[in-house]
Amino acid sequence: MNIFRGPSTLVLTINGERRKVVVEPHETLLDLLRSPQVGLTGAKPGCENGDCGACTILLNQKPAKSCMMFAVDAEGQDLVTVEGLVDAPVQRAFLDHFAFQCGYCTSGFLMAAQALLLTIPHPDPHQITEWLRSNICRCTSYEEILQAVREASER
Amino acid sequence: MTSVGVNVPRKEAPNKVTGRARYTRDLCQPGTLYGLLVPAHVAHARIRAVETSAAKGLDGVKAVITGDDVSFLTGDVIEDHPPLARGKVRYWGEPIALVVARDAATAQRAANLVRLHCDPLPVVNSVAEALSEHAPLVHDEVGSYTIATPPAAPRRHSNIADEANVTKGDCDQALRESDVVVTVHVSLPQIDHAAMEPRVATAEILADGRVLVVSSSQAPFEVQKLLAQYFHLHPGQIEVTAPLVGGAFGGKATVQLEILAYLASRAVGGHVVTLANSREVDMATSPVGMGLEADVVLGAASDGRLKAARLTFYLDIGAYADSAPRIARAIAAQCTGPYRVDHLHADVYAVYTNHTYTTAFRGFGHMPMTFAIERAMDELARKLGQDPLDLRQLNALAPGDLSPTKARLTSSNLGNLPETIQRLKPLIGWTGGAPYAVAPHRVRVQGVAAFWKTSSSPPNATSGAIVTMNADGSVNLSIGAVEFGAGTKTAAAQILAEALRIPVSRVFIRDEVSTATAPEHWKTVASLSTYMVGRAVLDAAQDVVRQLKSLAAVVLRCAPEDLDYGNETVFVRDDPTIQLKYADLALGYQYPEGDSIGGQIIGRGRFMIRHLNLLDQETGHGRPGPAWTVGVQAVEVEYDTETHQYQILKAATVLDAGRVINPAMAHGQVRGGMAMGLGIASREQIRYGPQGEFLSNQFRTYKVLRMGEQPDTYLVEFVTNPQVDAPFGARPLGEHGVLAIGAALANALSRASGLALNALPLTPEFIWQQRRTMA
Repeated sequence: MNIFRGPSTLVLTINGERRKVVVEPHETLLDLLRSPQVGLTGAKPGCENGDCGACTILLNQKPAKSCMMFAVDAEGQDLVTVEGLVDAPVQRAFLDHFAFQCGYCTSGFLMAAQALLLTIPHPDPHQITEWLRSNICRCTSYEEILQAVREASER
Repeated sequence: MTSVGVNVPRKEAPNKVTGRARYTRDLCQPGTLYGLLVPAHVAHARIRAVETSAAKGLDGVKAVITGDDVSFLTGDVIEDHPPLARGKVRYWGEPIALVVARDAATAQRAANLVRLHCDPLPVVNSVAEALSEHAPLVHDEVGSYTIATPPAAPRRHSNIADEANVTKGDCDQALRESDVVVTVHVSLPQIDHAAMEPRVATAEILADGRVLVVSSSQAPFEVQKLLAQYFHLHPGQIEVTAPLVGGAFGGKATVQLEILAYLASRAVGGHVVTLANSREVDMATSPVGMGLEADVVLGAASDGRLKAARLTFYLDIGAYADSAPRIARAIAAQCTGPYRVDHLHADVYAVYTNHTYTTAFRGFGHMPMTFAIERAMDELARKLGQDPLDLRQLNALAPGDLSPTKARLTSSNLGNLPETIQRLKPLIGWTGGAPYAVAPHRVRVQGVAAFWKTSSSPPNATSGAIVTMNADGSVNLSIGAVEFGAGTKTAAAQILAEALRIPVSRVFIRDEVSTATAPEHWKTVASLSTYMVGRAVLDAAQDVVRQLKSLAAVVLRCAPEDLDYGNETVFVRDDPTIQLKYADLALGYQYPEGDSIGGQIIGRGRFMIRHLNLLDQETGHGRPGPAWTVGVQAVEVEYDTETHQYQILKAATVLDAGRVINPAMAHGQVRGGMAMGLGIASREQIRYGPQGEFLSNQFRTYKVLRMGEQPDTYLVEFVTNPQVDAPFGARPLGEHGVLAIGAALANALSRASGLALNALPLTPEFIWQQRRTMA
């Protein structure tokens, strides 16, 4: 086990770009992503406790709550944030289904859905529900999000 | 109509699916200092000292302020609220100090070093305790506080912050003459808004005296007004910006963090300081939604016609009054639900407790009020053996009737409830509400409830719109309404596009609102923005058209009356080939010789609601809002009579929407409201420990609906009887999906279980306990 006492330098891949960053030992991955150093504010702090999923990103193609992980643990890992999605079917489907209102949870839902579709390209509604229960939306009825993900999986 | 009544995507939608939408916390300036609130971990205590020396001594700490440093009191209606606890702590989570440090981690370390020395006091932990004889007083000073915005009627030496009454006819006599009387006691816990974006405010005081505030606020103009008042500043010095807001639900219409952020900036020489709530602080320290204890007595004739209502509402407003007096009056004004009751007496009490203070919550008191009335209506139907929808239709208020506060109802200001009821029946496949077995110990049942709501806005609420034309004939629209998800900006753009006969894509609108550049808009609340902003936009559009025509008339050598417009041109009505493009006029018209006339087309519009007044303190009479949106909601549930678990199969709403500006957004608003209402009814509850400890400050302890817990099917339909003074007849509908769906669920489960389920949340455990109590 590594013990970090001060700032450390690490190398990781963010949205396809290899980057060297300097982090404090207490910084979460979410802190790092949103810091001026990286400047990707798409992942949102909603609870910083792993409950709401607004900070969800892809960590080596799997969904991860970036608030629940120390930045130093991301050494060598491959991260994708919502800014790294380019014309993903799920983005189009969220637009078409009005699957958000305030939009604050949207980045997290998109990344959780993206992770799902990478893992299970054609999920059934039960699987969609199981995967997306990790995230909270307070504005919509969830129906819109469910429909959007279903449609994205059929595209 | 090409822009109104169309499913136009949200203007900011592409930004929201790419992470490019910017909320307050996403706008970070270099050099920003971090503020952090230190919450009290005691609910009621006299403060001896708040010890800050260790915190101040920490490297990187810039300032630590406490209640000793802030002598004024705040409050929208009653000035009872010290920004930082002073003299006493009145709720668990109340901020006792504010730390400002170089970075967030240092601020947290410093906050951990702040010590509260206090003498605990007996805790007022419920409405019942607050009203008991010899109850400890949450505020010793009740009755002597300044009332900033009358009316409010605090009662000295009590925990009653305010009371509002409405009286009509002779309630006692009519109850005696009633053939059937039902009595229901309703008990609802406090709830949290739980917007996904925790509240955040940033403040900076510039050397020239200007104050820059950026806040996740629904009410930037209110922030400006109150900061000017509390800190003796000119309103023009203060520029409040509200970027996109990540959900609000009424909880961001109050002013709290902005005051604290200003204090923090002032304490560090005006440097920019940001103050962001953690989820825990957002729930326990910032305001929540009020609890309710209510007694409802309804009297009816044997045919079901309501004769009398005696209603008593006790609101658990927590430790400070905030908007409670306004909400109390909103409840009083609509206290009967959408039913005609000629003999009525209603008392609404706003009761202080040592709970977290409360503010507006989606529906402004109408959701808990509706729950109380609709439970009583269902008990009445049960007692009479009548179809619950028929009972509601029989008693529906109609044009020509008077509201409880004797406001005259018309076919314009009142939606058509009977029509919504008739539409609901085929929509849900109405069975009459009797449970029927579908498997051993499994029954299906439907439950219904109806609602009405008006805005309860102050009579002088104002709104405005400014339209400037670009060189190519497209337009920029500036309004003061905040975008927190309701689609206000998009609806305003649709209204402008329709009025100027241009595509919505030719209307540009900024995501954020700045009080320095946008025209004043009271607050983005009360489902009013489409109405108020929309009217101002129509006024501005007329101004634009008038300017286009008068300039074109000069160039085309005709009278402005000869001109019509469309397709981004102004043309002679009887010979459209004689025309000018909007683009030719946008920045003034330039003749071929080069000389020019006119100047930029700049339209301005404004709006105030007419004929509103404050309710009379004695009789409660008055006109509380411009119009009442009505509707009916239903659920179908499958209920297990042994485990008391249930599944919501269908949830339905039929609402009189007047005309729908954007059907997809309107359906989304209503469905989202239904989901929130069902979450509140089925699982949400702020719990307090025996000493008033706030126990529900995370999503692990405060459960909201998650995917898979929503109804299997949502059914939403609109009937369309226009409100004639609203833009294109559109009635408000932003809050309404939440209002009666919880009552419909309670009615369904009461019918299924044979119990009177008059409290929330309706957990299987609660139903089981009720069954045991009955047995």
